[in-house]
Amino acid sequence: MSATATSPLPGKRGPGTAQATDQSVAVSAKPVTWKTPVMLALLALVAFVFFGLMGPNQTAEFGISTGGDFFQLPAVEVPAFLGGIVLSVILLGLAAYAVFLKTKGQAAPAWLPITFTVLFVTAFLIWVVGGARTPSISLAGLIAGSVTLAVPLVFGSLSGVLCERVGVVNIAIEGQLLGGAFTAAMVATMTRNPFLGLLAAAVAGAVVSMVLAVFSIKYLVNQIIVGVVLNVLVSGLTGFLFSTVMQANKAQFNSPVGLDNIEIPVLSGIPIIGPILFKQTLVGYLMYVAVIVVWLGLFKTKWGLRVRAVGEHPQAADTLGINVNATRFWNVTIGGAIAGIGGSFFTLVAIDSFTKEISGGRGFIALAALIFGRWNPIGAFFAALLFGFADNLQSIVTIIGTPVPSQFMAMLPYLVTVLAVAGLVGRSRPPAASGIPYVKG
Amino acid sequence: MSDKHPRKHSAGQHAKPVGASPAAEETAAAVALDTAGGAMEPSAVPATAQSGKLPGGSETLARRIFTGSGMVSVLAVLLALIIGGLLIASTDERVGATSTYLFARPSDFLSAVWTAATGSYVALFQGAIFNPLASSVGVQFAPLMETLTIATPLITAGLGVALAFRAGLFNIGAQGQIIMAGILAAWVGFALHLPVGLHLLLVLVAGIVGGALWGGLVGLLKARTGAHEVILTIMFNYVALYFLGYLLNTPAFQRPGESNPISPILDPTAVYPQILGSQYRLHLGFILAIAATVLVWWLLNRSTVGFEFRAVGANPKAAQTAGINVSRSTILVMAIAGALAGMSGVAQVAGTEKVLTDGVAATYGFDAITVALLGRSTPWGTFAAGLLFGAFRAGAVQMQIQTGTPIDIVLVVQSLIVLFIAAPPLVRAVFGLNPRRRKPAKAGRSQKAATTGGAA
Repeated sequence: MSATATSPLPGKRGPGTAQATDQSVAVSAKPVTWKTPVMLALLALVAFVFFGLMGPNQTAEFGISTGGDFFQLPAVEVPAFLGGIVLSVILLGLAAYAVFLKTKGQAAPAWLPITFTVLFVTAFLIWVVGGARTPSISLAGLIAGSVTLAVPLVFGSLSGVLCERVGVVNIAIEGQLLGGAFTAAMVATMTRNPFLGLLAAAVAGAVVSMVLAVFSIKYLVNQIIVGVVLNVLVSGLTGFLFSTVMQANKAQFNSPVGLDNIEIPVLSGIPIIGPILFKQTLVGYLMYVAVIVVWLGLFKTKWGLRVRAVGEHPQAADTLGINVNATRFWNVTIGGAIAGIGGSFFTLVAIDSFTKEISGGRGFIALAALIFGRWNPIGAFFAALLFGFADNLQSIVTIIGTPVPSQFMAMLPYLVTVLAVAGLVGRSRPPAASGIPYVKG
Repeated sequence: MSDKHPRKHSAGQHAKPVGASPAAEETAAAVALDTAGGAMEPSAVPATAQSGKLPGGSETLARRIFTGSGMVSVLAVLLALIIGGLLIASTDERVGATSTYLFARPSDFLSAVWTAATGSYVALFQGAIFNPLASSVGVQFAPLMETLTIATPLITAGLGVALAFRAGLFNIGAQGQIIMAGILAAWVGFALHLPVGLHLLLVLVAGIVGGALWGGLVGLLKARTGAHEVILTIMFNYVALYFLGYLLNTPAFQRPGESNPISPILDPTAVYPQILGSQYRLHLGFILAIAATVLVWWLLNRSTVGFEFRAVGANPKAAQTAGINVSRSTILVMAIAGALAGMSGVAQVAGTEKVLTDGVAATYGFDAITVALLGRSTPWGTFAAGLLFGAFRAGAVQMQIQTGTPIDIVLVVQSLIVLFIAAPPLVRAVFGLNPRRRKPAKAGRSQKAATTGGAA
């Protein structure tokens, strides 16, 4: 019951305890909580003890340029111990500043947690690489790989953003990715045309989404139930067709023509950002386009305003003449199409054939990214990049041989998300009507 | 997630316009009841479904039998099986061959479809219940014993999910709870060496505590911070999975001299006895699953705590107003749900597998969700659904061997069943059982019922 005790309006909002606390926090003049400063201080202490005091005594080397770049930069060498100490002291300083602001009743500015995160990750990277058997990695490769791994996550989380912003919880991202991957492989093989495969993946994702929409909007079934069940259904369906159709005749059904890298001359030779921005496949470029379009659409157009109104207060939206359920239906469908395109990444870019469960739970990481990104396309994009980074780092640490078990690296996105939804890192608030069906009354 | 944003509704919201179709009215009334007038997410188990009869029930007995929720369940299973059969037939070679001359001789095509679908289902039945081709009676019933063995973890984990549903919580975390329970139970089983009886008891307790802690942590986080349990449980599943992967590569858990991630075999004193002799894998865990079902039934229907759970599940705000400690209920129900899932973990490591591997939970945790949904979150419904899905699982293995139909078809059928059960109007529409439009006089009566229903 301590939750109600900390509420600024004890007893006034009886029910809901913890939720009621959040509510009053959100509605009243946003009193600053101790959560963020305390969390930052804890993390800074962890950084100071582990990355600083217990830091390794080697020099960590980070390669910047790759052979293909049009000018070469020397590799950066950081003495791990010193680097850890310096960075963690800065982190402690930032945390102290947040505590100072709190004592004056002010919230930490937005740049503070972002800077903190960047420095923390850097310190962590120096610590990991410095403690490895071969203390050298290619930073360019690490970042390019992270972006590649993040592609399906970004598409998946954009799908989630579109659905949740309009008031439909989308747990079926995993199913949409998997459906997209399967269809892309099948169609790209049968037509020998990867672009048709891409299109088919979008259609498949949209179909999965339509089932979600029909069951949750028309039949008013609990959206989480439909999502969970759809994941199982798509997994079973693709697994069944994979075993019966694809495996029987691999050449005819499961050897898709992949999408090639499109290299933009000169620009792609810029170190680090060249490969990320200018040396991608079509799906990779579409990712950037999708993030910008969804963001602009949601926050700068009339359509987006309506969508958000439906997600926050459907009754008000209805009163103003917006067709709530139609808006929801089409938004969810578009979301599914976007996730489907993300699914095509698995079979058209990453691997050259479909296998069972090829999406491997990335739909759930995408869900995590959307929450960590606070239901905002840009936020979800960076969260997905962070999770892609963790994913990539996990395979790299296994190769260079560090003391951190790779399983703990793999856990990171999930733990970070738990901290995020528990409100320990910032405040995450879903759209108010997310998950609630709307019946015109 | 939503109940922190209460919205006000005018009293007139529930008054339906005159002349609206009765079916639409019923749906609207049911939704109003389930969502507390649109202020909160609908419970996973609609309040209207828990009583087992449709709202507005001014119908003939015969119609009620054919449109009631029990009938819908049966029809949903039937519909899912039909669709599954069509899917099997569509990928069958003989069906493909006969379809080329479909219009010349449709009978060939139809009989091929029939053979393909029924052949698989007959094999499924033989692998799940009774195999008449076997040599002795004991072997003939071996499939049934296998079904019960596989059903054991499904039932207990399903009970955990169902209990949480009744308290309005969506526990997707059975998978992680099974894993955590498995880790603790297995460690007690192979690392400690204790006398007969005490050892097994300790294994059971360790597993239950492991599951309860992992589930209770979710409840605690939800109660304290308002974080949504769906997100928490999904994330906790992965954390548990990677934690298990890590442990199985450490000397404390890895079998000496083994490079694969597998634990030592549990001591003979730490495993469940096989209750029907050594020829079947069926173990004591099944009896405990029955006991757990009785316990959950008692808890939900006869105890104060269970009443509080259901009250919180039906409407947390009303429960709070009535003096129920919602935070405590949330933590407690998640801990008990975790403990029940923990029993599945124990059944796996101490009963069926006798070792800890990274596949200890298989997909039981996720299947448990469908089991609970099919069982409409009642204890005995979950028990029956666990048996049904256990039979599917056991039979599918045999089906794959005999007819080459992949095991994945079971996932399709399972998920279709749950989808259809969740949408009774769809099933009734498919079988043409939707209630007819009633006369205006009766419509007026049900409108009144809708109004009072909405206010409740």
